Amino acid sequence: MFLINCPYCGERDQQEFKAGGEAHIERPKQPTELSDDEWAEYLFMRKNIKGVQFERWNHAHGCRKWFNMVRDTSNDEIKAIYKMGEKPPSQ
Amino acid sequence: MKNRYSIFSLIKNALSYHENWQRAWKDPAPKKEYDAVIVGGGGHGLATAYYLAKKHNMNNIAVVEKGWIGGGNTGRNTTIIRSNYLWDASAGLYDHALKIWEGLSQELNYNVMFSQRGVMNLAHNLQDVRDLKRRTHANRLNGIDAVYLSTEEVKKFCPIINTSPDIRYPVLGGTLQRRAGTARHDAVAWGYARGADAMGVDIIQNCEVKGIKRNGDSVEGIETTKGFIRTKKVGVVAAGHSSVIANMAGLRLPLESKPLQALVSEPVKPIIDTVVMSNAVHAYVSQSDKGELVIGAGTDDYVSYTQKGSHQIVEGTLNAILELYPIFSRMRMLRQWGGIVDICPDASPILSKTSIKGLYFNCGWGTGGFKATPGSGDLFAHTIANDEPHKLNAAFNLNRFVSGDLVDEHGAAAVAH
Repeated sequence: MFLINCPYCGERDQQEFKAGGEAHIERPKQPTELSDDEWAEYLFMRKNIKGVQFERWNHAHGCRKWFNMVRDTSNDEIKAIYKMGEKPPSQ
Repeated sequence: MKNRYSIFSLIKNALSYHENWQRAWKDPAPKKEYDAVIVGGGGHGLATAYYLAKKHNMNNIAVVEKGWIGGGNTGRNTTIIRSNYLWDASAGLYDHALKIWEGLSQELNYNVMFSQRGVMNLAHNLQDVRDLKRRTHANRLNGIDAVYLSTEEVKKFCPIINTSPDIRYPVLGGTLQRRAGTARHDAVAWGYARGADAMGVDIIQNCEVKGIKRNGDSVEGIETTKGFIRTKKVGVVAAGHSSVIANMAGLRLPLESKPLQALVSEPVKPIIDTVVMSNAVHAYVSQSDKGELVIGAGTDDYVSYTQKGSHQIVEGTLNAILELYPIFSRMRMLRQWGGIVDICPDASPILSKTSIKGLYFNCGWGTGGFKATPGSGDLFAHTIANDEPHKLNAAFNLNRFVSGDLVDEHGAAAVAH
């Protein structure tokens, strides 16, 4: 449980948000040409990092907008929050 | 040679004030090389080592554990054991484990306090009723005992449940697996550790894996905080930290690690003599032999390795518990904790070879791994020793995420684990 600074609404309780998993997984540009291995990689395989991880979050019980977050999963500390489409901050 | 535990050994040791019990397992320094190393000294890892030594004559093996054995999810779960899964593959896997549980205390000469007190799953809406009836039929076709209960039969089996029709989530029925129940989680780890140690397995605690050394596509050994250990076979049984180990080997797994919470109350006299689980309201409860109510909550939906979960998850579970069991309204909770569970997209485990020769993973048990401990160890040992899965864990390979042949228990299991 922690506070999240929604880029649209400001600081709110984490329970208003829905975690959307790993960020910056790009949808394949040519889906018809993908092998089964590549599909598995895209659909299922995750970094699941213990440490600093890039994630998508949705303010489900607020503005309902998606945004990105950089969070340390070993202590739940939020390092940065940035809007969809923006470049992730460099580490 | 291990002394056997018996009534006579108890009397003998009582005479010397219990000060001369033999060590249950040694505390060795790691050797330079082993035939196989198991990463993770929880129940599953220790069981794997035990069956590798017992059934496959692999005695020159080690279990490395970063903390103390049984200190991870083995010591944090709510100890529920059942095998009433929907799909054939799961039914085979979990019932294999349940059958081993039934003789485990005798086999290990260690009382794991396995208690077949039954597990009841409640239905709270029409879809639950349909799902649970379907599952009952599927279980019986797979030779797993299951009965469907009406609301009155639920009440008769567990009288403290509130079956009033005007509660928020009324009890419309339920299923009962009588062979299911609970066991003492620490004893399972300790019993397997003692059994494995007696057959020559080195159990190395406070030894964290820092890297996996590869030579091309095969494993050469592991880097640990106690030095390099050479081995051709590494079995990773690291639960919530499986991805961390996989990343060391340059492997990606379809896992997300999330905190799962549980809590226990102050101890009281016997009040509930079975295990009751409720999927729709996500609450499950049983009573330990010490008298504490053991209550399981749900997972948070974000990845975290913090071993603590959000307060609202516990609050939601306790709301549901209080509505179903008004008699608990004045109970005080004693302890609350979290464990990190590794969840697969299909909520089924992975017991599998990998693309790296000699590297095996036993993970993805998510929120329901304890029940499978003996079966998981047995089948994973088979997989490591033969470099081939047993027929019971063949479906739980890593390749299912490529082929699409998932074992989709997520929506179909008795509870959202």
